[in-house]
Formats: sequence, structure tokens, C-alpha cells
Amino acid sequence: MKKPKIMILRTAGTNCDVETATALKMADASPELVHITELAGKKKSVFDYAAIVIPGGFSYGDDVAAGKILANEIKAHVKDLRGFVRSGRPVIGICNGFQVLVKAGLLPQSIAGDQTATLTINDSNKFETRWVRLRVNLQSGSLFTQGLPEMIELPVAHGEGKFVVKSPKVLESLKKSRSILMQYVNEEGKFSGYPYNPNGSLFNIAAITNPDGNCLGMMPHPERYTSRYHHPNWTRQTFCKEGVGLEIFRNTVKYALN
Amino acid sequence: MTTATKVKLAGNGTSNNSAKAHAPVWPTWSTLSPRALADLDAAYGWSLDADELKTVQAHFIGLKREPVRAEIETLAQTWSEHCSHKTFRSAVKYKEGRSTKRFKNLLKETIMEPTKKLKKKWCLSVFEDNAGIIAFDKKWALAYKVETHNHPCAVEPYGGAETGVGGVIRDILGAGLGAKPVMNTDVFCFCPPDYKGYLPEGILHPRRTMSSVVEGVRDYGNRMGIPTAAGAIWFDEAYKMNPLVFVGTIGIMPRSAVKKSIHPGDLIVAVGGKTGRDGLHGATFSSAAIDDTTSTSAVQVGHAIEEKRLLDALLKARDKNLYRGLTDCGAGGFSSAIGEMASLSGRKGGACVRLDAAALKTSDLSPWEIWVSESQERMVLAVPKKNLRALQGIFAGEGSEVSVLGEFTNTGCLEVSFGDETLVNLDLKFLHDGNPQRERNASFTPPPKNLPKKVKRSEDRSKITEILHWSLANLNTCSREWVIRQYDHEVQGGTVIKPLQGLHHDGPGDAPVLWPGIVTGEVENFKGFTVGHGLNPSYGKLDPYAMALIAVDEALGNLVCVGGDPTKAALLDNFCWGDVNDPEQLGGLVRAALGCKDAALGFQTPFISGKDSLHNVYTDAKGKKHSIPGTLLISAIAPVDDIRKAVTMDFKAPNNPVFLVGPTNEDFGGSLYEQWKGTPQGAAPQVNIKTAKKTLWTLSAAIRKGLVFSAHNLSEGGLAVAAAEMAIAGDVSIDIDLDDVTRSKNLLDNVSILFTESPSRFLVEVKAEKEKAFLKAMRGAPLCRIGQTIANPVLRVTGLDGTRLLEESLHDLKKSWQGTLPRMLEGESNDKGRNA
Repeated sequence: MKKPKIMILRTAGTNCDVETATALKMADASPELVHITELAGKKKSVFDYAAIVIPGGFSYGDDVAAGKILANEIKAHVKDLRGFVRSGRPVIGICNGFQVLVKAGLLPQSIAGDQTATLTINDSNKFETRWVRLRVNLQSGSLFTQGLPEMIELPVAHGEGKFVVKSPKVLESLKKSRSILMQYVNEEGKFSGYPYNPNGSLFNIAAITNPDGNCLGMMPHPERYTSRYHHPNWTRQTFCKEGVGLEIFRNTVKYALN
Repeated sequence: MTTATKVKLAGNGTSNNSAKAHAPVWPTWSTLSPRALADLDAAYGWSLDADELKTVQAHFIGLKREPVRAEIETLAQTWSEHCSHKTFRSAVKYKEGRSTKRFKNLLKETIMEPTKKLKKKWCLSVFEDNAGIIAFDKKWALAYKVETHNHPCAVEPYGGAETGVGGVIRDILGAGLGAKPVMNTDVFCFCPPDYKGYLPEGILHPRRTMSSVVEGVRDYGNRMGIPTAAGAIWFDEAYKMNPLVFVGTIGIMPRSAVKKSIHPGDLIVAVGGKTGRDGLHGATFSSAAIDDTTSTSAVQVGHAIEEKRLLDALLKARDKNLYRGLTDCGAGGFSSAIGEMASLSGRKGGACVRLDAAALKTSDLSPWEIWVSESQERMVLAVPKKNLRALQGIFAGEGSEVSVLGEFTNTGCLEVSFGDETLVNLDLKFLHDGNPQRERNASFTPPPKNLPKKVKRSEDRSKITEILHWSLANLNTCSREWVIRQYDHEVQGGTVIKPLQGLHHDGPGDAPVLWPGIVTGEVENFKGFTVGHGLNPSYGKLDPYAMALIAVDEALGNLVCVGGDPTKAALLDNFCWGDVNDPEQLGGLVRAALGCKDAALGFQTPFISGKDSLHNVYTDAKGKKHSIPGTLLISAIAPVDDIRKAVTMDFKAPNNPVFLVGPTNEDFGGSLYEQWKGTPQGAAPQVNIKTAKKTLWTLSAAIRKGLVFSAHNLSEGGLAVAAAEMAIAGDVSIDIDLDDVTRSKNLLDNVSILFTESPSRFLVEVKAEKEKAFLKAMRGAPLCRIGQTIANPVLRVTGLDGTRLLEESLHDLKKSWQGTLPRMLEGESNDKGRNA
């Protein structure tokens, strides 16, 4: 079977590219690391790829605001990305990649393409790494979460992950279009405060998509849960399943093949 | 005095002003008196001693010419404590009681000797490169280095910590032909953050020092995308002027990239960041004591993204074989890096450097400043001419600088020029071996050999609960979650055993386990590695020899607990000491080094790398010197044959038998209990290496056979603290019967059994159905079954008289254990530390 070619977009300070590539390989894709300068210089085009992942890290050190500079570069030099999303091909922004998609105005989707939300500094005022429990919106119909259970666990690691919107209307439209894909919950599956919601996100939002469901932005790191040995409690022998993060990449590949 | 301020005061040079103002009257060296040479040294901040100055003077008189400034700067950098470890490598006359021992080279005859004797085939590169390198499997090797970065962190903790991390990462990039960093380690010694005593003007409050250092390590490590996954923190008021910061990096590399070579004719190529005025005299600064005139300009400025670009480009170039050798620009900048590489070129060595081509941050640098600047994120490569173009292409693609500074030669000389001006023309032999050797005096008064007396301790039951809560909340035991959470300890996706363990991911793991399969893409290869630390300066205050043995024992014990293979473990040493010109201080260091030697030989575990930081001294306003307690950090690294068999420390399920492995004796010297009591006494615990090795090796085999459900190394606070930690982490508790603890005859009471700190001990939970197999596997090692796990959320202990001694709620114990650091660093209420 042919392996779909998937782009991992990187730049100075990208640092989750290698494990994302490994995750894609495990999901039977053929990942390719592409530097933003190669797209800006027209050496490569987004349309050469079946899907795009913008991985985590600190693009340009996050010196202005997380993901801001890379978002501007995309707006200026990779104008095709919007068309790529419109064509229905999968795009995933993870952590810093989510911040990039938001700051580039791709998520939440708006008609004018302007930025309507942001991911800002955690309520704890600190960078924090921890595993969180997430409730997947099974009604969303997004390609990424096909077959996933309602309750999953993934790790987060960020200092700027608090999702906030420009106006209440943005949240309403996210709800209405079933674009809220994952929310932070506690062990009982209920909304709860810190540390269950690790950053103070509005409406406990951890991941959103565009209304078509093919463009995903998420703060948790699916590439860090591709094996059962990634789970923090695997030694307790109660969690024996394969990593749920891998499922998200498998779904991406499956969709790309069709 | 090495400070910039002093330079200005003396009006003799302007190392931190612009080049235009730089017009010092350079004296005629050959005619200067020793006194005048010393004044000159003080004014220019070289930290050369009288013998060294005399040797330099004689060398140039022999050459029938006067030295120029850049030559003296080069010699000062190369001969600095930081670059040459002159104290540790010197001859030492050591007196202990009535016996005297002479060392020709202390380092060679202590730390390095066991490595030579043990001849382990899997040691691929020891003590010669930027890091120690061991075999990982047939294809891969691991490089590990731990650096100290104390002096910079004392004056500028955030920047100091950042550049410390940046520096040790470059050590790994510069080991062999370069390794990919896969994990960082951090160990700190601080004054307690709630310190309320006197602090001299200009000294930062310990709370500020600690949070800034943590931020520095966090920001650099996180931005580089390297998980900071192992470490330790020790608190003692003696570190209030001189905090200690040990930063380490482990890298993975193909075994074919372990050795470097340089050929005459290879280009000298500087890559990475540009050169600026930041960090002038960092190397010589590290040889000096800190006082209130110490300048922060000796500390460099770090830029993680610049280094990330360098890393990305460098590893691509390595995999295309575009260069033959490399090293990082650390202390001494180009002068040390190129000077070091020059000696590898051909038979005689040599380099011809033209500094005009260096990429600069600012145009007003004088040539000697370019030569010794310690600007960060730079490395030097030896590149065959035909590869230059390809190399430039790769670095340009990542946005990283490349400049050609000359070529390596076979002239035996280090020649440096700028335009028409010759800056340096030094004989390499003199540069590297010319510094005068003198014998140093060291003496050690052995601790009184008071045989353990029979000591009766408090039998008051309410006190036992109090001691346990006090011990768990003690700064040297309490939860490090406040620090660890801020590090991205899971980036790269290889941290399969996390630093925080247990049901709620908040228990104190003995060590993490890293699985490089995700990084190498070999996801079917389940081999991993683990890293453990041992450090306890309290024991060192009583006996540095005992401290060394315990540190090695603890570091190896931590590896064993998670499933590491101790038979293939390697050690790294980091000595941080005070004023080693004082024979008593140096004596303590020698004794600790002898401990390292005996431990390495006894456990048959070689040292592969090390680093020392001496002169951690503060001179107060009255001129009195305050040395830090002699502090030895042992870091150990070992392969984990199959990460799928790794073990964590949290109790897993009720109704399982729990064993105490290892011998329990009267070991209270330097213990937490003695601190609680307030009138500390007793001798430091002694490791019986033979028993220890048998215990560790046997337990390790049982763990790797899959017979152990959870394991935890006993350390500060002994059995009581370890049991509480395992219960807290697992939300499964334990019922202990103290009469079941096999113990030495002089351990008389409940408190003694609960809180003694005998080394080489482990608490182990075994699945009920595997008890028989476990006992069989453990034959020959000291162990006793002391109780079983229980579902009730209370820690339960039955005393020697058969009645209930302790029944304390896990929730309350956890609260004590978790509250300390958040309270001291954020003023938060205790309940906020819980995790998802």
C-alpha cells in the first residue's frame, strides 16, 4: 500500500519534529521535515503533501508571543495553507502548532481569516508538564477522533495554553459548529478546576477544529502517547492499550489515503 | 582579584570598555619584579599565580622577545582552573593522622585509576573528550557529561543557569563527532529559600537565587527540546553565598562517530553564534573567590534558539561526514577551543588562525577580545577543504553562521593574526604542558573512631508521628514537584519512566528511564537507559570518604530500582570544594577522591568523566573566608536492557508482601533524625562495599527478571520516609511490623529502626504469587519480609512490643511532604499541589 506523504513544518526552535515523524511512521505514513524557508522560497509546495502537521516547540523562541512569528511567516509566505485547509486535507497543529494556527487566523475559522482567539499565559503563570484527562466530543464527526473512546489521556507541556476568545460569539459559533473537539476533565469526566484544567482555558477547551473537522489545533501532545510505555501508569499494569495518540495519526493517514 | 571593576580601579587596562579606550601601557615583561607581575595579573584579571607568572616570564626571556597581550590571555585561559583542573591534576602530599601519602597526579591516581584497571570494553571514550562515551548497543553509543556552573550562578542566577545548560549541551554536541542530546540532568545546592538570617549587600536572597536558577534551566532546556528528567536538590545554609549548579546532558550517537581526528590542512571553521564581548574572562573568573566587587560581565548571555539552529545543522553535517573533528567554545572561547584542537592536528599539531573572518556581534572588539570571548552557541569544526561548500549550504538552510578562521597545521605552533598584526605565536608544548607543577599540601584529621554505642532513643509515640511529618516536610526530603513540573521532561517522547511516579504522577521516582527508540526511529528496539544521582554533603561534614562511598552506593541503587543494569553502569564525578589552598580543605577533597577510587574498584564500576569546581569561597568584609561544605555529586548511567520490564517506586496493589533488602545498622551520623533532635552526633554511615555489591547486583537481577512490582531506594529518613513515599505515591499503603526487621544488635528501639540511614537498602513490593521465585532469586542477599501492602489509606506500623505504634493518614502525610516548596517559593496554601 502506498504511504501518504505528510509534511512536518519546522523552523528555528521547532523541537517536537522528530517524535512527530516517528509517530507518523508508526501510523504508516511517509513524513517529511520541511523548513519554512523551503516553502517561502517556493522550493516546495504544500499541495505536494497529503496532510500537514505543525509540531510543538518554541518557534523562534516564542520571543514575541508563542507561535506569533511563525504565524506571520505563514501569512506572508505560505498563503496556500488556507487553500490547503479548504481543499479538505488534514492539518494538525500541536501545542506551538496550535498557537500558530490560531495566530495565523486559521482557527477558529473566520470568514475574513482574522484572529478571533488566542492561547495565552497559563493561570499558574508557569510552564507546566502534566498528563491530563480529556473528553472527546463524539458528536463532532471529526476525521481525527474516529473510533476514539470518549475519555482519553494525553500529556500537555506549555506555558501559554489558556484558550480565550475575542468575543462570546466566537465560543457560541465553536459550540454550534461542533468544533470543540476536546475538553479538560477530571477522573469522573466532569469539568474541574486546576490542575485538571492545567491552564485555565475558557470552557475547558483543549482542542478545536474548523467546522469541516479537517483542521485540528490541540494543546496536548498526541505524539507523546504512541506506545503503552508512554503512559505514566503502565507499570501499574492497569493500562494495557496502545497509545491513544497513535490513533489520531492513524486516522489522519486513513483519511489521507481515501 | 579578577574583576572588571578592579581593572578599572587600577587604571591599567579596560577590558570591558570600547576598543578605542583600550590603550593600556603594555609593560616590558622581562624586567618586571615578581611583585610587579602580581600587580599586573590583578589588574588584567588573569588569575595566574606567582609560579606561573615566573614561568611565563622565563619562557619569553628564553625566546628573546617580549610577550604580547593576547599571548598572556591565551596562557591564562588555558592554564585556568576551569580549563586545566590544575589542582586536581597536581602533585599532592597528603597527611592523614600519622601517615603520609604522596600523589604525582591526584586525579590519575584516584578517580582515573579504577577505569584503567577495570578495562571495560563498553567504555568507548573516557576522560579524553568533552564527555565520557559508553556503548549502548551494537549500533549506538551514549555520551554523558555533567558540568558545574557555580560562579556565574552566584552573581547572575538566571543567565548563569542558562549558559550552564547551553554549555553542557555543546559538550555533548562536541563529543566525538557530535551526539544528539536526549536528556538533561540538573542538581542544585542552595541555601533554604525561607532563610531569614543576615546577607551581605549585593548577595541575592536564596529564594530569588533558586527560582532564577530553575527558570534558567527550564527556559534553556525546554527551548532546546531536551527533557530535563533527573536531578536532585540539597539545601544547607552554608551555600548562601555560593550556590552550586550541576547541569548534565546525555546524548546518543552512532558508534562510528565516537572518535575525532584532525588533519593538517583542514579548515578551522567557526559555526553557530557570533562573537561579542559577553563573558570575557569567565574561565579565569572561575579560579577566583567571589567578593562584593565581583562583576557580572564575566557571565555570558545565552540564546537557546541560536543553539537549536546550531544543533539541527550540526547533526545534519555530521551524518554527511562533512567534518572530521570539532569542539565547543566554552571557557576561553576560540583560544581554548582552537588551542585544544590544534594539538590533535598531525604529529606536532598546530593552527594558523586569521581572526579577521570571525563574525562579530559588535565592531568595536579588540582582536584579543575576539580571541578569548566566551560568547555562547559557538563551535569550531575541522573541515576538509572540499567539504566547505556543502557545509555552508546546510548551515545557511538552518540560519546559522559559518566563518573560516584559518587552517590546522603541523608546525607545533599556535599562530594567530588579525590583519597584519601577529597576536599569538606560541609553542603548543609550552601552552599545554608548560604550566609549573608544584606539590600541594593536604591534611585530614580522621574522625574519632567511636564504635557505635548503644543509644536509646525516644519511645514517645506521639513523637514518632511528629518526627515522620517533620522528616517528610524537611527541605532535603520534600516533594520536588514544584521544580520538575516546570521542565518539559517528556519532550522527544522517550521518557517511559518519569521523574514523578505513581497513581497521581507525583511520587518521588528514584530515576527516570529513557527510551531512545522514538528518537532513532527504531521503535522495535526496547533498549533504554537510566540515570541516577548520589549526593549528601551532611555525611561529608563528618567524613568525605564515607560521603563518596554513600554517593556511589546511592546513585547505583537508584539505577537498580528502575531496572538498570549495574554491571554496565558508568560513573561521573563532580567535586565542588572550598578554598583548596587550605591544606585541611584539600585534605577533605583527597579523602573523598580516595572514597571514589575504592567505591569504583569495589563495585567494579568505572568513572568515565568528571569536572571539578574549586574555590567556592566567600570572603566577608572582615577578610574571613567561608568555604562551602565539600560537596561530591556522583552521577551514574546504566543501560536498561528492556524498558518494558522497568519498575516504579509506588506501591501497586494491596495484599502483596513487602521486603526490606539490605543490612540495617545503627547509622545516625548526619541523619535527618539527628537534625530533628537538634544536637547531632554519631559517625557517618559506612558502606560495606562487598555486601552492598551483592545486595544491589542480586536485587537488580530479580528486578530484571520481572519478579518485583515496586522498588525504592532508602535514603534520608530511612525506612519510615521510604515507606511513606511509596504509600503516598501508590495510594496503597503498608502495614509494617518492626520486629520483623533484621537488624544489628545495637538497634534497640522503634525510632532507631524506623529512622536509621544505613546505606544499600531497598523497600520492595513483590506480587504475592511471585514471592517464592523472588526469594529464590534473592538468595545470598540480606533481606527480611517486614509486612504487606494494604488498601486502607493509612501508614500502619506495629512496634517491637507488638502494639500499634503508628497509624497516620496518607492524606496528611502527603500534605506535609508536598507543602514545603510551594509554601516557600509561592506562599501557596498546602492543598494546591495535587495533580490530575
